[in-house]
Amino acid sequence: MHPRRRSRPTGPIAAWLAVTLALACDASSAWAGEARLAVAANFTEAAKEIADLFEQTTGHRAVFSFGSTGLLYTQITQQAPFEAFLAADRERPRKAVDEGFAVADSLFTYATGKLVLFSKDTARVTGPNALKEAGFAKIAIANPLTAPYGAAAVEAMKALGVYDVLQPKIVQGTNIAQTYQFVETGNAEVGFVALSQVVRHEEGSRWLVPEDLYSPIAQDAVLLKQGEDSEAALAFMAFLRGPEAHAVKEKYGYGAGE
Amino acid sequence: MLAFSDLWSPVRLTLELATITTIVLLLIGTPVAWWLARSKWRWKEAVAAVLALPLVLPPTVLGFYLLLALGPYGPGGWIGSIVGLRSLAFTFEGLVIGSVVYSMPFVVQPIRNAFEAFGDRPLEVAATLRAPPWDSFWSVAVPLARPGFLTGAVLGFAHTVGEFGVVLMIGGNIPGETKVLSVAIYDYVETLQWAQAHILAAGMLAFSFIVILSVMVLEKRLGRAGE
Repeated sequence: MHPRRRSRPTGPIAAWLAVTLALACDASSAWAGEARLAVAANFTEAAKEIADLFEQTTGHRAVFSFGSTGLLYTQITQQAPFEAFLAADRERPRKAVDEGFAVADSLFTYATGKLVLFSKDTARVTGPNALKEAGFAKIAIANPLTAPYGAAAVEAMKALGVYDVLQPKIVQGTNIAQTYQFVETGNAEVGFVALSQVVRHEEGSRWLVPEDLYSPIAQDAVLLKQGEDSEAALAFMAFLRGPEAHAVKEKYGYGAGE
Repeated sequence: MLAFSDLWSPVRLTLELATITTIVLLLIGTPVAWWLARSKWRWKEAVAAVLALPLVLPPTVLGFYLLLALGPYGPGGWIGSIVGLRSLAFTFEGLVIGSVVYSMPFVVQPIRNAFEAFGDRPLEVAATLRAPPWDSFWSVAVPLARPGFLTGAVLGFAHTVGEFGVVLMIGGNIPGETKVLSVAIYDYVETLQWAQAHILAAGMLAFSFIVILSVMVLEKRLGRAGE
């Protein structure tokens, strides 16, 4: 009874597996000029636009997996099939190099983030004085221990001499996206967010924090070992440093990096 | 480096949150479960489905809607304004509201099942003995449904302890106010403080195991006692 029962379905399943495998192999060979990239979520919009220009210019395609830098890094250590890594910080690409997942001399800063004090209220934020006025209950920042924008926000508040006063009012988002959510939904009246999050719309009020008040929020990119021989991945890394890519970065509120 | 108070604060906060949430859920959930079990209304299963939504919705969906609802443009802001708050997000009370929504099905479902399990007969008997409905509810229905109450309370408590996504989205990570156990563990892992993470995570693991085991044992015992 048992052997008969077991042997019957293997035929169709084996056939199905064979077809699926054949299709999968076929699909991957059809996209020979394809760069598979792990990209920090905050760079999503800019990356997509850069990819369009990249495809027009070089004929290669860029395929992105967006996620948090920590998550992407963990996936890279678990052999995820990425060829390059565009992080939201400097540590993780550095670590990828140190631990043998990435190519050391490919490491560079592809963008720098800019910090903005933002509020949904149109009149609230006119400059640093908005932080000294007592008229708000909560100020949102990203978690300074894990998110570069959070650390920068704390530095800026300290540089302005308001950190001790504001500390009881601080609420933390896990990342800069959540921090923006807190401000955008009005749950926190003000917050330190990324320029890239507010640059594309006009609403609310904002103050671009002078860059000498915090250490640069550098976002580093690195070629992964799996992309060492990928023509498309190498081309993308070069393109990322070029003038077309720089223009897109500016448009989305990033500094051009190195 | 391993400061006891740093570890204890989120544990205490979590226990407080789970206790209050469970009490609120029993108070709200019992009449709801009773209605779901006894009502003949045609659309009651639609209501049951709405209450069961948190079982399948990702916490990000719940958290997002809660963030809007608790905020200054939602009902939470209106309630908050009574006590001088702009928003109920980032407050312990906000977390209780979120947890009640999130853990509701875990409490309502077992109680409803228990109410349904004993059927109409015991209540009909009580009625023929001229027991008023309120009396027959307390002295007939509730004792008969005891296993359901226990299971519901334990699951509601445990589920609130294990809550993460919703708290993350509406909490704001404030120590002593909204930084509960699961969020503290997440922070420790993210900042590579694995010693602290291990202590809390292992405690959570042991707790969850004990809870699930005791629910299973309780259900067996009480089930047998009821036979």
